[in-house]
Amino acid sequence: MTATALVTTGNPAPKRRMKRRTGQTIIWMIGLTLLTIVVIYPLLWLFASTFKPNSEFGSNQGLIPNAPTLDNYVKVAEGIAGISMWTFFSNSLILAVSAVIGTVLSSALAAYAFARVKFKGLGILFTAMIGTLLLPFHVVIIPQYIWFQKLGFVDTFVPLILPKFLATEAFFVFLIVQFIRQIPRDMDEAARIDGAGHARIFWSIILPLVKPALITSAIFTFIWTWNDFMGPLLYLNSPENYPLPIALRLYNDQTSASDYGATVTASFVALIPVLLFFIVFQRFLIGGVATQGLKG
Amino acid sequence: MTTTLTKAVVTSDKDGKRSRATVPPLRPGLRKKGWRESLAGYAFLAPWLVGFFGLTVGPMAYSLYLSFTSYNLFSDPKWVGLGNYVRMFTDDPQFIQSAQITLVYVIVGTPIKLAAALAVAMLLNYRDKGAAFFRSAFYAPSLIGASVSVAIVWRAMFNTNGPVDSGLSVLGINVGGWVGNVDLVVPMMILLAVWQFGGTMVIFLAGLKQVPKELYEAAEMDGAGAIRRFKAVTVPMLSPVIFFNLLLELIGAFQVFASAYIISNGSGGPAGMTNFITLYLYKRGFADGQFGYAAAIAWIILIVVGVLAFVLFRTQKSWVHYAGEDR
Repeated sequence: MTATALVTTGNPAPKRRMKRRTGQTIIWMIGLTLLTIVVIYPLLWLFASTFKPNSEFGSNQGLIPNAPTLDNYVKVAEGIAGISMWTFFSNSLILAVSAVIGTVLSSALAAYAFARVKFKGLGILFTAMIGTLLLPFHVVIIPQYIWFQKLGFVDTFVPLILPKFLATEAFFVFLIVQFIRQIPRDMDEAARIDGAGHARIFWSIILPLVKPALITSAIFTFIWTWNDFMGPLLYLNSPENYPLPIALRLYNDQTSASDYGATVTASFVALIPVLLFFIVFQRFLIGGVATQGLKG
Repeated sequence: MTTTLTKAVVTSDKDGKRSRATVPPLRPGLRKKGWRESLAGYAFLAPWLVGFFGLTVGPMAYSLYLSFTSYNLFSDPKWVGLGNYVRMFTDDPQFIQSAQITLVYVIVGTPIKLAAALAVAMLLNYRDKGAAFFRSAFYAPSLIGASVSVAIVWRAMFNTNGPVDSGLSVLGINVGGWVGNVDLVVPMMILLAVWQFGGTMVIFLAGLKQVPKELYEAAEMDGAGAIRRFKAVTVPMLSPVIFFNLLLELIGAFQVFASAYIISNGSGGPAGMTNFITLYLYKRGFADGQFGYAAAIAWIILIVVGVLAFVLFRTQKSWVHYAGEDR
């Protein structure tokens, strides 16, 4: 809104132009800073609230706790329903790390086939792969659940990890395909003349060159798996198998009225790894999203 | 979509042929080894193929079958023909309500989110100083928006006497909490979706960077004002990106689950107003054990999303401009 208002102002003398530009930049900065505060406020509020004693939640809605305390963290560290926080945390970690390994490996293999190998049915299968990008997950969760249930895998990590090794997330296959297409073909043609096969070209030439796309996929997979709620909700029954999001539900259900502080603090603790990943890798994440939307 | 996709594949094939043609000795060998090449392709594709047929195509076929049955996981599926579908539209007010609030959420929320994303992207594109910082700050919510943590925060923020409520009462507006309010809980969910505009914004921003500056300069020379330049340069140049974002956001919005579940403690309340279609499907299937009925709901969702996507693709000729086409 500021932009349009500023651009339409009249034609000042050239000398004033510099001043006007600086003025505009300042207004622009202030406007965006205010917007940033609005957008980030929920997260700031979450962080600040972890230091509030329970009694303060009804009265103090501001950012600064009146009587800051670490009690909430102590309570969260003790765990809930007789299970330590560390159990939930390590469950989340096992799921996320396996998902990263599986997704990156299987997506890179599929992407190489789509981008660099000529095989019968390439066009149809590629279209089908993109099609799964648009497919609502509703139609597959019921049969998947029934099958995993019949196979006796409910309440294990198998239904949550196995699909990751089968390149089911088309987003990453597509992302890596886009990346491989940017690599000049001369490199693998040359390797081919030297007698290298596809396995060799994939492993020694393509993989090292698409490292940024692999890192992007790995970070997204980690964060999405870490935050995933529906999968664990469907497949895991025993609290000792719960990852953090489902464990948060324990706080939310059982203690929402009485122990607000612990609920909020557990929520914040669950977000810490994601926020750290974001701060460290934001360039990869934003770059990945940006290239994904702009084909060709 | 089919048009753009096949186009992408075809261009890459062309490229491939061109570069292969520059290396003549390879050609005859490659042709003879066509079957080996295909074999290699399938070998690389093996995990994806297993996943595609085992976890996507197979389940789709099975859920289509289940949607014509009554099935509770413990006895064999019983064929009921169109019974589930008939029941949905004639004898299940909860489904009708669920479908209605989901459509409102999708149809109202998506354009607001896209407009916010585009507006902020244009603001960020206006100056470079500090833009990277703001871009990251705005992107953060997109990454965590669907998490349980954020749903818990959102519920706390919009609860009776929560920060939003107290903030509004300072301004003299007393709404008495959003979470339990039948009229305000859907707008609150839409706000949660709009708050995650950052991912969409990043894609818009990347698109804006590719619009040639000369076009704006030329338009300005011709005396076009800011609104005119937006309509005549930004929107057409950005239309493929708008199309892409619109499509993905529409489909994504249908799938809201964790936040609705957490905010209503799994109930879909108040008065069914957060009983979004995915939550309703979950309750019917996984809580009540009506898997046949849930499968039918899933197919209705698929059909609605499919029709929406089809309509979008059909209309794209009239408003989506791809570089290099006409002009």
